[in-house]
Amino acid sequence: MDVLMLSRLQFAAATMFHFIFVPLTLGLSVLIACMETQYVRTGNEAYRDMAKFWGKIFLVNFALGVVTGITLEFQFGTNWSRYSAYVGDIFGSLLAIEATAAFFLESTFIGVWHFGWDKLSPKAHATVAWLVAGASNLSAIWILIANGFMQNPVGFTLRNGRAELTDFFAVIANKYAWLEFFHVIPASLLLAGFFIMGISAWHLLRKSNVDFFKRSFTLGVTVALIFSVVTAMEGHIHGNNLSVTQPAKLAAMESHWETQTAAPMNLLVIPGEDGNLLEALPLPGVLSFLAYNDFNAEVKGLNDFPKEDRPPVVLTFLSFRLMVGLGTLFPLLAGFGWLMRKRLDDFPLYLKVLPYCIPLPYIAIWAGWTLTEVGRQPWIVYGLMRTSDAVSPVGTGEVGFSLVLMTVLYSLLGAAGIWLMIKLAKKGPEDNSPIQV
Amino acid sequence: METLMETGSLHYYLAMVWFLLWGVLWSVYFILDGFDLGVGSLLPVLARSEAEKRAMYNATGPFWDGNEVWLIAAGGVTFAAFPYAYAQMFSGLYTALMLLLFTLIVRGVSFEFRSKVDHEGWKKLWDTLHALCSFLPALLLGVAFGNIFQGIPLDETGFSQAGLFGLLNPYGIAGGILFVTIFLMHGALWLCIRTTGDLQVRAEALAVKLWPGVVVLTVLFLAYSAVSTKLFTNYLVYPVLFVILALPVAGLVLMRSYLGAKKYWMAWAASCLYIGGTALFGVIGIFPAIIPSNPNPANSLTIMNSASSPLTLQIMLGVALVFVPIVIGYQFWAYKTFATPLTDDDMHY
Repeated sequence: MDVLMLSRLQFAAATMFHFIFVPLTLGLSVLIACMETQYVRTGNEAYRDMAKFWGKIFLVNFALGVVTGITLEFQFGTNWSRYSAYVGDIFGSLLAIEATAAFFLESTFIGVWHFGWDKLSPKAHATVAWLVAGASNLSAIWILIANGFMQNPVGFTLRNGRAELTDFFAVIANKYAWLEFFHVIPASLLLAGFFIMGISAWHLLRKSNVDFFKRSFTLGVTVALIFSVVTAMEGHIHGNNLSVTQPAKLAAMESHWETQTAAPMNLLVIPGEDGNLLEALPLPGVLSFLAYNDFNAEVKGLNDFPKEDRPPVVLTFLSFRLMVGLGTLFPLLAGFGWLMRKRLDDFPLYLKVLPYCIPLPYIAIWAGWTLTEVGRQPWIVYGLMRTSDAVSPVGTGEVGFSLVLMTVLYSLLGAAGIWLMIKLAKKGPEDNSPIQV
Repeated sequence: METLMETGSLHYYLAMVWFLLWGVLWSVYFILDGFDLGVGSLLPVLARSEAEKRAMYNATGPFWDGNEVWLIAAGGVTFAAFPYAYAQMFSGLYTALMLLLFTLIVRGVSFEFRSKVDHEGWKKLWDTLHALCSFLPALLLGVAFGNIFQGIPLDETGFSQAGLFGLLNPYGIAGGILFVTIFLMHGALWLCIRTTGDLQVRAEALAVKLWPGVVVLTVLFLAYSAVSTKLFTNYLVYPVLFVILALPVAGLVLMRSYLGAKKYWMAWAASCLYIGGTALFGVIGIFPAIIPSNPNPANSLTIMNSASSPLTLQIMLGVALVFVPIVIGYQFWAYKTFATPLTDDDMHY
């Protein structure tokens, strides 16, 4: 394998591993802050216990998210140095602003939150919880603005052999970035909701801490229901925008080859890299509607893009279907739980299934990012710079070595971290005294 | 390398300001992560019981995460303000940097993982990893900056491949040894502040023993730099700059006298002054290069050929002027709230 492929694999591994932990951080931090606020408002200690129990799991998750994020920033320099030199003027400044305006806040106050239960008043501690939650989500804004620039570059001019910033406001107001933000944040809340539902269901089935986990379940299922609907609706708007900004990605995710009006969405498709091997069960006009909110609109097909400008079709197509399939399942699962939340005891099968559903939002989010990033190929910055021109002139040996080392290290840490979270989750809240020496 | 700006233009002065801020960010990172890396490295040396181990973890527990962000910020500012230098620095130092990142990852999770399982072997594993992954970053950072001070063999395109073994030259290793010793000293002083009883006595005794080592190594490193780097060139052209050396010298003297008087906070502050002064000395020494090229200085990556556009530098300056004081404010508050001698209440995790 060449340096390009190795670097792509390494970046994919680093981001996907990082993104196991980030969405839970984004979503759960907000829910924990809500629990603490309820405790301050009502004085009911059940809410404090909730914040402590979910908080302990949160901290393990948070640590893994933070430490793996550091690798990402530096990978742009280590593995994608030509990219860094070419767009650093814009992309680098967004990362620097993220560190200064958000990441400092998040990382400083997580220590305060962790060690501050006895040092701060409940009100001050709840404020710190909101600071952590707010900073995590603010951090996501800056990162997505940076990613948005790669998807839909704006506000720059080519000068001195690189992209130079001309309009900072255009960069931060990039519609693509904000659509990503409004997809990622609800998806993260959805994921946190399912996370809480799954663990609560496990305990409810075993009749341990019933009141505690009923309360937690109600919070989780409400959040999961609301945000599964929001995420799906936003996804549609996202698709509309793609037809304008990245038509090749849109065509690839549907494996749509011939430009046509009233383009159908085929329910059964076996995609290939040079055309579909099979397409059947067309829903007339649905693709046109998804792309333009108009059943008769013309949708450009892959055959009208030069071959070297087409993204990998099969992977893009499959990740899109996987995301949408799961995205359809979530409101149904959450809706059922919400309706039956008062008599969950009558549905042991539902409770039994829910813990196994915890990985599903993760898979949907992974699929979503695969669609986003693979669908953007062969461009690292859409229409501006090819991924193959972005890679560092480093040796295959060095990248191979770091890739192997990273994969081993991340696998071990990931396994240990997930095992710890399961252990903490199963232990339940009964022993809420801090772990003593 | 092609220059992007005229000397004396607004662009040039903006780049100069960012060069100084870049140096300050790295200095602050060394000051803050320096002590928690030092404490981590000292874990197997100083802690004699489970309670003392816990105390050493918790001495830095509330701070290490916020401290590490200064590294992200320093990296981010290199990326944003001097993208060519960032691209060169991090791809050129590829393997060293990867190792640095991996060790920092392991160090970070060890804080969370260690206490979550009540099993001797598990704790021992994380204690070993924690110490190793505190020691190695100190060493690697020293090696990396030693090599930057000395200059990296860049070609006309700016891209070079130093390779890990290329970095392990005598001067680079000298930098590594200096960094490790400084961080150990800094960490020992921090333990004097945060611990009590036997552990504090041992930390203080160690700090007293390390101090002459730091003095001797500093003098030797300066002498070595005078012989084998161009670090003194700016100073010889503008001798007034030598006053910068007063900072680390004052830091060293004050460190020892406060330590003798058992004023630990002041001794630690003096150590900060020493680290900050030493870093500043190096940074001024390489100006206007960010990555000096050796043997061919014409290929150096400088503020003139590596900087971002004036607009980016201006916007970033605005962001920094607003947010950095806020960051310093709340980090100061966090230190004030938590940097007290550990009591039994602080021993949980």
